Amino acid sequence: MRKAVAFMLVVVVGAGFCAVLANIPFGEDKVNVANRYMRNGVRETGAANIVTSVVVAYRGFDTLGEVTVLFIVAVAVGAVLPPGKKPAGEEKEEASLIVRTGSKVLFPFIVLLGAYIFLHGHLTPGGGFQGGAVIASGFLLLYLAWPGQPVGRKAFSAVESLSGLAFVAVGILGIVYGVGFLGNFLPLGARNSLLSAGVIPIIYVAIGLKVGAELAGVVGHLMERE
Amino acid sequence: MIVIEAILILLMLVAAVATSVFRDLISALVMCAAVSLLASLLFYLLDAPDVAMAEAAIGAGLTTAMFVVAVRKTKRYEE
Repeated sequence: MRKAVAFMLVVVVGAGFCAVLANIPFGEDKVNVANRYMRNGVRETGAANIVTSVVVAYRGFDTLGEVTVLFIVAVAVGAVLPPGKKPAGEEKEEASLIVRTGSKVLFPFIVLLGAYIFLHGHLTPGGGFQGGAVIASGFLLLYLAWPGQPVGRKAFSAVESLSGLAFVAVGILGIVYGVGFLGNFLPLGARNSLLSAGVIPIIYVAIGLKVGAELAGVVGHLMERE
Repeated sequence: MIVIEAILILLMLVAAVATSVFRDLISALVMCAAVSLLASLLFYLLDAPDVAMAEAAIGAGLTTAMFVVAVRKTKRYEE
């Protein structure tokens, strides 16, 4: 009976979604603001990747909100799962030799890839959030290979706080230079070069470090208390 | 191109149904990660590489790991 009701509900909700989505032509933009970003984004922000110019330049304040939400999540996980005592007489067994060696070899390259993704966020696809997530998955590999060994929780908190501060400081510097909070006060530079697009690379490096440290910290908290 | 997308969507549907049907939660999690991985492929084919990267790293990687930890702390088989 309950299953039948649930199935009916799913069918009704699905039909509703289909009815609404069928009226929206796929891949067509009817929003003026998107067209404006597509036409003027590269010229105005200097970032070759339009997604980045929207995320960091036009909608930088929203990104600050997103980063704040992630920060609250990390703090909440830390509060719910404090670094407690390990259950006595229960030694964590290490992972197999293959996992340990593999993660030792792969970890630097994964972190390098993550750093590459957020350093080139204004040029190639990707950015702070993606690069941070890649770095966090590198740390996940370490946690899997050596369970029960906390990897630098203090360092994570420090990186997280400092990069968050750097993000806000760049925003306030924009006010000081008279271009508004999170406005661009640096020269745009030559297009498609690493040092271009004004403050976007600085903000994305801060976001990348912050997201990486936060996600790695959350995973570390969970794995340690296992 | 549209054939590849249709195949990916069909596989995603199969994996999603499998996620809800399997009693072994670890198998369900693998299917859940497969949904994310296929979604990220689909995003890439739809010219959204930024979203594809985030989906692959967070959806298929970190979320699955967190769920595996949660399953190991509770029970492996659904009753």
